[in-house]
Amino acid sequence: MDNQKYLQDIQEIRDLMSKSTRFISLSGMSGVLAGTYALLGGIAGYFILQNASYDRSYGTFERLLRTPFEQNTSLQILLVAGAVLGLSIVTAFILTRSKAARLKQRIWNAQSIRLIKNFIIHLSIGGLFTLTLFQYELIGLVAPAMLVFYGLACIQAAPYTLGTVKYLGISCAILGLINTQFIGYGLYFWTAGFGLCHIIYGAVMHYKYDRS
Amino acid sequence: MSLISKLNKAFDHRIRLGIMSILVVNDHADFKSLKELLDVTDGNLASHSKALEKENFIRVEKTFINRKPNTKYIATDEGKNAFQEHITALEKIISKND
Repeated sequence: MDNQKYLQDIQEIRDLMSKSTRFISLSGMSGVLAGTYALLGGIAGYFILQNASYDRSYGTFERLLRTPFEQNTSLQILLVAGAVLGLSIVTAFILTRSKAARLKQRIWNAQSIRLIKNFIIHLSIGGLFTLTLFQYELIGLVAPAMLVFYGLACIQAAPYTLGTVKYLGISCAILGLINTQFIGYGLYFWTAGFGLCHIIYGAVMHYKYDRS
Repeated sequence: MSLISKLNKAFDHRIRLGIMSILVVNDHADFKSLKELLDVTDGNLASHSKALEKENFIRVEKTFINRKPNTKYIATDEGKNAFQEHITALEKIISKND
């Protein structure tokens, strides 16, 4: 009889500990959709590169600014990447908001703000570093750096949300490291990391946490 | 009987147990978030946190954010240790009776 009460106490302690530190409303399905956008973006990128013709007479940034849009491969790729990112964020926000409503959790609480803060800090440091790679025309390292820093940002944010995110981060970071040895195949690694990994881990999250 | 005597009387209520559970895994928590997580009324939370404060298990810091009072709760080392012992005792009781 008392035993039951103690067991309940422990259950409640564990529940509160995890609820007070982790933002549990992060939607798995939004990961799957983000991965799908990235796959489509990867395919678009492939076709853009197929038609690419480089004009080596300018530095990278100048080329980016001066080349007319139809021949401006970098700008087209950036546009596709930006669209993938934008769509993913909007999707994640909408799906997470509806999951939060279902779990009766608020979307802006101490936990979600801490999660975003930890993610954004690492991601923006990585983003700025990637820009300098672009600046020095180390284009081959851009995709690996994006994967590595994105992975690190996920690992950093993982303690504040569902466990699957940690493995997503580790996978992306490892893919990025492997990519450093296969420069020129960035698009494939990019698609594998941001596309396939997101679909796989998003699906795992969805089945593990969302179906109830 | 000896196992049960190891349980801390100060945690013999689910709200106090709840407050401690949250504070040991977070640097601090404010009144509002504690209230939401525990789903209790203002008065209830205030009286239970006062009890824990009296035991020196938690520390209360009152500050102002844009002139609005903000109350922060922080677990003391003493409180963390007591809570740890309490949980260990709980676990022992449960595993013994299984």
